[in-house]
Amino acid sequence: MKVLVCISHVPDTTSKINFVENDTKFDTAGVQYIINPNDEFGLTRAMWLKEKDGAEVDVINVGGAETESTLRKALAIGADKAIRVNNEAIDATQVAKEIVAVIQNNSYDLIIAGRESIDYNGGMVPGMIAAMLETSYVNNCVGLEIDGDKATAIREIDGGKETVTTNLPLVIGGQKGLVEESDLKIPNMRGIMMARKKPLEVIEPNGAAASSTTIKFEKPAPKGEVKLVDADNVDQLIELLHNEAKVI
Amino acid sequence: MSVLVYAESEGGKLKKVAFEVASYGKAVADQMGTEVIAVTFNVADADALGNYGVSKVMNITVDGNFDAKIYASGIQHAASEAAAKVVVVSSSADSRYLTPLLAIGLEAGYATNVVAAPSSLSPFTVKRSAFTNKAFTQTEISSEIKIIGVSNNAFGLVENTTACTVEDFAPGLATSAITVESVDKATDKVTIADAEVVVSGGRGLKGPENWHLIEDLASTLGAATACSKPVSDMGWRPHSEHVGQTGKPVASNLYIAIGVSGAIQHLAGINSSKVKVVINNDPEAPFFKAADYGIVGDAFEVVPQLIEKLKAFKAQA
Repeated sequence: MKVLVCISHVPDTTSKINFVENDTKFDTAGVQYIINPNDEFGLTRAMWLKEKDGAEVDVINVGGAETESTLRKALAIGADKAIRVNNEAIDATQVAKEIVAVIQNNSYDLIIAGRESIDYNGGMVPGMIAAMLETSYVNNCVGLEIDGDKATAIREIDGGKETVTTNLPLVIGGQKGLVEESDLKIPNMRGIMMARKKPLEVIEPNGAAASSTTIKFEKPAPKGEVKLVDADNVDQLIELLHNEAKVI
Repeated sequence: MSVLVYAESEGGKLKKVAFEVASYGKAVADQMGTEVIAVTFNVADADALGNYGVSKVMNITVDGNFDAKIYASGIQHAASEAAAKVVVVSSSADSRYLTPLLAIGLEAGYATNVVAAPSSLSPFTVKRSAFTNKAFTQTEISSEIKIIGVSNNAFGLVENTTACTVEDFAPGLATSAITVESVDKATDKVTIADAEVVVSGGRGLKGPENWHLIEDLASTLGAATACSKPVSDMGWRPHSEHVGQTGKPVASNLYIAIGVSGAIQHLAGINSSKVKVVINNDPEAPFFKAADYGIVGDAFEVVPQLIEKLKAFKAQA
């Protein structure tokens, strides 16, 4: 079985979010980059398929050379090969089209992407890949079992979950639940040393067009101070929520 | 030309988000000088959409459970039939599931988490939230057809009484290779996605046996219950209640956090809620910096009082 895990290179959650060049570019100064958390759950799930069923696991990112450190981390966690499509993509459509071009030149049984990246929060790449490949697709996937060419997946829905079955090939939009946080692997020294020797293939883009562009960034208006209410005076809180905030 | 809105339903009844996407669609249609057409699946009382500016409903009848591929194909046919230039969807789990498929089918650019009506039609520009609520982007969509995913609760409901006709629409739908084996869903509870008010508990509640405090407060307010990540990691509450960056996003009108310290990942997930209240015995808890109202105090003393006073408030209201 061949598995492709799509890896987004994103600022660490605790990063300060700032913009430069008249608010048209994200300020990368001092920002630590990580594997997108939703992708990392999927990568760990793929590692289990490797350990249990001998799956071959490739990872892919569409981005500039600066994203290679994140791909190397995925190799250190245990992926066999990394692919970087050398394109600073403008939007999700472009990313999905570039990934589809790579998939069409290989034959993957399972494609895992996170349900969304924590930077642009688009949440479109896995669905778009599935639509272009015309394969089955399960989003918000919190459980996945593969048996031969059959897959059983659990999808988180609003207010619960549903269990579905389908055949491979399959694309999933993964998230926490595929594995738990405590299952995530921290690369050890041996993994890091091995990752240096693993292939990291750089592919030139096929020139797919984008359909949207981010033209400007804004930061939310600064928040006012919290209004503190005395613990013995909850009536005041109710009064504020009713008359001032008008939410009850 | 038209604006098409996908008006979602549950058990044949329109959901609140259906009226929100209709309201948004009407605002766009007014800018464009055109009408709003809605597409629904298995809805009997779809003419209620006329209260929010929809002039025509195309209702598709399908068998079985929700399927993203089948629904996306139905909406795609409706968009072609209605000559839609803009398609508006919600941010529900189902809409987020099907819309990337629709975007490829219509060769449309798709912006998610959109928080306001377009600031310009040419170029077509919308404001959306990004960096998990830590920033906004102005995004230009350049394709001929544009798809807008409206962030829950961001635009609100805008009444606009319009004469509305409902027609059956029976396009050739796609087939799906996905079989739904079982659905596990509490039907008697408000979901976090649909709730106006969310009451959330953290480690400060000391154990799952104390969750009646959260549940009682939630039922007094007609609210959904939620929890922080440590609480779901320890198995006190199911993962489906975990809100935050790797859990469910919350965009309610009122979010009440009890015994939640307010880790950055938690705040990222709940920040688009309009009004935030924190009850915590630690005045240094980071949540106090993110909240609008706060009580420094023991949840086991404050919450029962709050429940009692709220019941009295509701009784006289």
